[in-house]
Amino acid sequence: MPLVGALALQGDFREHLTMISDLGAEGVEVRTPEELADVDCLIVPGGESTAIGRLATRYGMMDPLRQRIRAGMPVLGTCAGMIFLGSSTTGRAQPQLGVLDVVVERNAFGRQQESFEAYLDVKGFDRPMPAVFIRAPWIEKVGEDVDVMATVSDPTSGREFPVFVRSGNVIAISFHPELTRDARVHELLLSLVGSVNDEER
Amino acid sequence: MNTPAGQKGTDTVKRGLAEMLKGGVIMDVVNVEQAKLAEAAGAVAVMALERVPADIRAVGGVARMADPSIVGSIVAAVEIPVMAKSRIGHFVEAQILASLGVDYIDESEVLSPVDEFHIDKWSYDVPFVCGAKDLGEALRRIGEGAAMIRTKGEPGTGNVVEAVRHMRTMTSQIRSLTLLGADEIMSAAKDLAAPYALVKEVAETGKLPVVNFAAGGIATPADAALMMQLGCDGIFVGSGIFKSGDPDARARAIVEATTFYKDAEKIAKVSRNLGEAMVGLNIDTLSPDELMQHRGL
Repeated sequence: MPLVGALALQGDFREHLTMISDLGAEGVEVRTPEELADVDCLIVPGGESTAIGRLATRYGMMDPLRQRIRAGMPVLGTCAGMIFLGSSTTGRAQPQLGVLDVVVERNAFGRQQESFEAYLDVKGFDRPMPAVFIRAPWIEKVGEDVDVMATVSDPTSGREFPVFVRSGNVIAISFHPELTRDARVHELLLSLVGSVNDEER
Repeated sequence: MNTPAGQKGTDTVKRGLAEMLKGGVIMDVVNVEQAKLAEAAGAVAVMALERVPADIRAVGGVARMADPSIVGSIVAAVEIPVMAKSRIGHFVEAQILASLGVDYIDESEVLSPVDEFHIDKWSYDVPFVCGAKDLGEALRRIGEGAAMIRTKGEPGTGNVVEAVRHMRTMTSQIRSLTLLGADEIMSAAKDLAAPYALVKEVAETGKLPVVNFAAGGIATPADAALMMQLGCDGIFVGSGIFKSGDPDARARAIVEATTFYKDAEKIAKVSRNLGEAMVGLNIDTLSPDELMQHRGL
């Protein structure tokens, strides 16, 4: 079984690791470049993206993360993790890895009182996925090689915004399957280990 | 196609925001400048206040919700979540804070209580955090709808001793519950003065059903790491940052010590040359009516 890392600088990384162990894989907390070198794939959890970005910069994680992901290591970013993987935001600049060609809108649905849960139709999934959106981002603009797997429509403009995308070894979602215990996105991540080309392994 | 016509204000949504704050530091701020400094230092949220607890102690008198202009300006200035305090039982202050768009309300013993009853927190879409000294108190607040718990500690003292006591008490009480047989749970609920269903849940899972942060007296990176090692999910720092000699350096150091809370070498490194910590108070020099932890049980 693959060794799954969860970036443990801040956020709900323990819930992700619980799901990974429920799936029968081994999970480990990753805070340093040395710990990153050992894992076969990585989860960037929900949390506060500015806090995660600042700690990753301060502790020399940005370049090792970019290197591993660009070399093909499968990675899943949820909520703050989606922002962290992206290339830019519609707001103020903040540390981002730029390994996923998307422009992210932070707090796209509004403040906490606008946070909600709903069922989401996902391309390729046979039944809707329960999705919890907490001060969640959406994707304002996707690059060419990015597959949109699910969208939500903005109640004010009626426009559709991606909340679940995949580009090769990189998966990013706006919501929190680790809180609803729906394992399908985590299974997708595990299925990529060994199936996408990871040159560093 | 999907529409976000989902359900707002559910338990999962309210408790979920606290899950995202875990492993992070929430800092008390009294103006936009401090809020921006906290955000840049890596705070996961800020608590918007008119005065930090040490100043509330110094000024005395009745401590109330902050001026809405302070809360509103901080809400507009940062992208991280903003929390604000209402008085215990003051449901209109809570309604006002909700209308200002705050992301969490702290029904707090740091302010002067107005009622022997706490706010009915189920009736709000905005989540609440409440303080607790022991498990019974934590479960009573959760029973009233709190979506997050923090230790009370003794606010505004820069002395972590009471927060340690409260965390140890909760942990020990939770551990004892897990050893009980099914026929002993009702009696335990009676002794804790807590709802039976919640006591039963804690006995089965061995943990609180919501996130539990440390608060009340944390002043140094070592204090933060101590509370994390005792099992807290994250850290509130009230007066400890902006009452110290170098708030920026101290804020960053406390954030880093909270992430690397088991790594003594890293904590030693971030603890160097932080300047003066806030001047602390010894709890036994405070008279009983100066203790905030006995408010709102």
